[in-house]
Amino acid sequence: MNSPLRRLSIVMLAMFVLLMGNASWVQYGQAGALNDDPRNVRTIYREYGQDRGPIVVAGTPVAFSEPVDDPFGFQRIYANGPLYAPVTGHFSVVFSSTGIEDKGNAVLNGTDSSLLFQRIQQLFTGGSQQGGAVEVTIDPAAQQAAWDLLGDQRGAVVALDPKTGAILAMVSKPSYDPNVLAGHSTSEVNAAWQQLLEDPTDPMINRTIAGDLYAPGSTFKLVDTAMLLESGDFTPDSEVPAPTVYTPPGTSTGIRNPGGAVCGNGTTATLTEALRVSCNTPFAQLAVQLGPEALQDQAQAFGFGQDLAIPMTVTPSTLGSDFDANDPALAQTAIGQRSVRVTPMQMAMVVASIANGGVLMHPYLVATERGPNLDVVAETQPSVFSRPVSASTASLMTQMMVNVVDNGTGWPGQVPGVSVAGKTGTAQSGVEGVAPTAWFTAFAPADDPQIAIAVVVEEGGDLGDEATGARVAAPIAAGVIEAVLGE
Amino acid sequence: MATVAPSTRPRAGRNSELGLLAIALAVGVAAYAIVGLNLDGVVPVDLVRHVGILVVLTVVLHLVMRWRAPNADPVMLPVVAALNGLGLAMIYRIDQPLAERGLRAGFAERQLVWTIIGIVLAIAVLALLRDHRTLRRYPFLAMIAGLALLCLPMAPFIGQTINGARLWINVAGFSFQPAEVAKILLAIFFAGYFVNRRDALTLAGNKMLGLHLPRFADLAPIVVIWVVSVGVLVVERDLGTSLLFFGLFVAMLYVATEKVSWIFIGLLLVGVGVVFAYSTFDYVAARFDVWLNALDSEIYNRDPGGSGQLVRGLFGLAAGGLMGTGLGLGHPDLVPYANSDFIVASLGEELGLTGLVAILMLYLVLAQRGLRAAIGVRDGFGKLLASGFAFVIAFQVFVVVGGVTRLIPLTGLTMPFMAAGGSSLVANWIIVAILLRISDAARRPAPAGAGSVVGNETALIALGDVAPADPVPASVPSVPARPSAFGWDDVEPEPNTFASSRTELIDHREERPTNAVGHESNPADTTGDQQGGPGTSRATLDGPGGSERGTSERMVGVARDVPGPPDQTSTSDADDDDNPTEVVKR
Repeated sequence: MNSPLRRLSIVMLAMFVLLMGNASWVQYGQAGALNDDPRNVRTIYREYGQDRGPIVVAGTPVAFSEPVDDPFGFQRIYANGPLYAPVTGHFSVVFSSTGIEDKGNAVLNGTDSSLLFQRIQQLFTGGSQQGGAVEVTIDPAAQQAAWDLLGDQRGAVVALDPKTGAILAMVSKPSYDPNVLAGHSTSEVNAAWQQLLEDPTDPMINRTIAGDLYAPGSTFKLVDTAMLLESGDFTPDSEVPAPTVYTPPGTSTGIRNPGGAVCGNGTTATLTEALRVSCNTPFAQLAVQLGPEALQDQAQAFGFGQDLAIPMTVTPSTLGSDFDANDPALAQTAIGQRSVRVTPMQMAMVVASIANGGVLMHPYLVATERGPNLDVVAETQPSVFSRPVSASTASLMTQMMVNVVDNGTGWPGQVPGVSVAGKTGTAQSGVEGVAPTAWFTAFAPADDPQIAIAVVVEEGGDLGDEATGARVAAPIAAGVIEAVLGE
Repeated sequence: MATVAPSTRPRAGRNSELGLLAIALAVGVAAYAIVGLNLDGVVPVDLVRHVGILVVLTVVLHLVMRWRAPNADPVMLPVVAALNGLGLAMIYRIDQPLAERGLRAGFAERQLVWTIIGIVLAIAVLALLRDHRTLRRYPFLAMIAGLALLCLPMAPFIGQTINGARLWINVAGFSFQPAEVAKILLAIFFAGYFVNRRDALTLAGNKMLGLHLPRFADLAPIVVIWVVSVGVLVVERDLGTSLLFFGLFVAMLYVATEKVSWIFIGLLLVGVGVVFAYSTFDYVAARFDVWLNALDSEIYNRDPGGSGQLVRGLFGLAAGGLMGTGLGLGHPDLVPYANSDFIVASLGEELGLTGLVAILMLYLVLAQRGLRAAIGVRDGFGKLLASGFAFVIAFQVFVVVGGVTRLIPLTGLTMPFMAAGGSSLVANWIIVAILLRISDAARRPAPAGAGSVVGNETALIALGDVAPADPVPASVPSVPARPSAFGWDDVEPEPNTFASSRTELIDHREERPTNAVGHESNPADTTGDQQGGPGTSRATLDGPGGSERGTSERMVGVARDVPGPPDQTSTSDADDDDNPTEVVKR
């Protein structure tokens, strides 16, 4: 009777091998898909019930998890939530997460492969999985200054370190408090979410990199100027045509200078002069003269139309779908009107590349990723995004932009004791009763740039129809520059 | 690794058992403490009482075994203690969130009571059942009792329907599944019946399509029993238990007859049964739907009969991943019946794949140890009973774990020793007690003067206990027949084509009063015992170390080089697979 017993034992062994194989398949092979299943309530518990790592600004956590005595175990808390909301985003399991909470999720929840070593350690020390920290590049002084100076105006400020691409400030107003979306009560979170969605001012949109984008107005003339200088046919001192009214071929609608002013001697002006007082006619006329490809190439070199992740996705800026349809379209595009739409990030990149000798560094928000024990597990190395202009063009443009602030439209952007290079912009809405978009984009100090900044204020801000980039946006930029350089 | 039969000092391994038991209990205590630490930050206040009961009772069981079953397998009790302890800890762990939500909790407390009952009954079995062959006396009583128990839930007043299955009875507030106990009784009946009719089942009948078919007359009572038991279970709507009984039945029939045809007949019957049940019973069809399309949202949300529970269990298992969340740190309570039918998912979630595989290994060890006892024991009844019990444990684990991990359709069985549920726990403790009793007989050393040689152990059964076989056959010692100490008459020869082809001879031999010394040593046994025994050559191969050990183990009374009687030798040659395992371990 023993030989069937032996066979029976083999059958038993086979049954258990099957069980173990199948258990491995469920717990390892299929685990990812099962964990991601939307019906899996555990995902919520796991994500919440986790010692999620903090998002750190200059050594201070701005988003962190605290143990609480409820089924979830941990509550995500945002210190100064609205101020940092464009950076942190929110951590919600009811709705998808955004910002660094989304992009840095793997590190924050401790599953990132860079944290493997720590996880192995935890295996042996028996600790539960702890998340790593994400340290962002934000300069709290710059962030706070931009926040305060924007006040109740709708708009955005983004500041970069031109030498590295590190994002120093990222403020979007109106903002929202991520704490209300991190709650543990689904109904409350849903209500808060609905309220934010229905808010006509779109507080959840990070205006620095997304949303409907803005017409850049005269700040776009920096792209024109770069194109002209890079063409080799122009210098800052070149006399360029500067009529009071320029009527592009194929239309009867003329383009005037701001306020209908005379530019230069009424016929021509130097390029420096045209930029200083932000004449429209020279740039419109020269763009038509050089053609749409030249403008498009230059814009692309600055980042227009390019995919960019900082790590959040930046909506690509665009010249518009019909900028090259005809000369009038091109002319209007060249002065930052018509369909050209930019993010503040794009305009900050334009000035940052000029500040950095023509080299555009890839903007980034994550400085370091740290393990639960605060060891650095990953550090962002600055990288070159593109080289939109030559070093000499950058140098010439720096002088022209300093001139704009020292002697031209950009004077409200002056900072005592600091040489600021900047450009104003006032983009007409084209809609009766809607005030213009005010822009100022700058970098400083001109001889050793530490900060490149773009400020946008929607619908004239506090000044309404009276608003210009100089009056509304430039003082904000000046204040942020002062805050950064004053440290 | 020498082949020694120590006559004065038992080599039973009771001390090993005590050591293993300490480890096993430490696992249970640690699990219990970790649950408390992870849930409340403190060791549970009733840790001492809860675990203390398990510790004291298992140690008492161990002591009883020193007294009444000194040669019993030393691994089974620690394995079972570890499983029971882990199960208690997990049930206690799941009680906590249930209580927090105001649901019915306190399962751990009840499970503890059942554990006490189970171990006390196991002690009673070991103390009172001095020889497992006693059970052979009343096969038809066992059958009738088993069937009665199976039918009990159908009775008015005490029968209970839970979740559509009517297989509980409720007595004094305690629910009980009589089928669990019926499992034991029917195994006893099958073993007793098969061993009596083995030759008829094996040899009589016709060949058809290359398969040996038994005579209907031999088959009829078995089929009747089987149809009745399965029929009752189908009426009671419990697929798992039907499957279990069927598996037990086929496995024991196969062991008894050695006929592969039984496997085919069994599979055929399963096929017919499945098709019939699928097309007849909606709930069976629903189970298949759930199994095949568990993740479809339509099936997931179907109520009743949806896959929600199964899929939630899978979610739990997936959440556990390789290493698990840690005891008390997962959310096993999100799965319905997390402490009973789905305790596997709970364990997989909090202990991970690693823990689950470790638990499966424990069950595998237990089942293989049971088979080991079956191979070692000499009497056919013991062999059949031990193999039936061993298989039923393994098969139940297969059906439960396979169901929860979606390897096979889900059925409502409980994980032996772990799941909350008294009937299963008590029944399995009794099964283990009987297995221990059989293993005690299997491992009992031959008395002085009797030969005892290493068996030809080649199978997977060994699990470290058995010396590797030596291919050199040893010669057979001659053993004087002594009167039976107990007067039992069922010691039979190992099956082999020569001897068992003549039933009359067997009967004759069984009736001989002087053919056996209990079940320890008799001519019939030694025929099986001796062939393939490596004996001397093994010791030689071991070299100095071997002989040293041999000396220390007192190589007494081993008559290695005495040629055995011719008939015995021929018997050995004919059936070289059957080596009752009087095996000396290091």
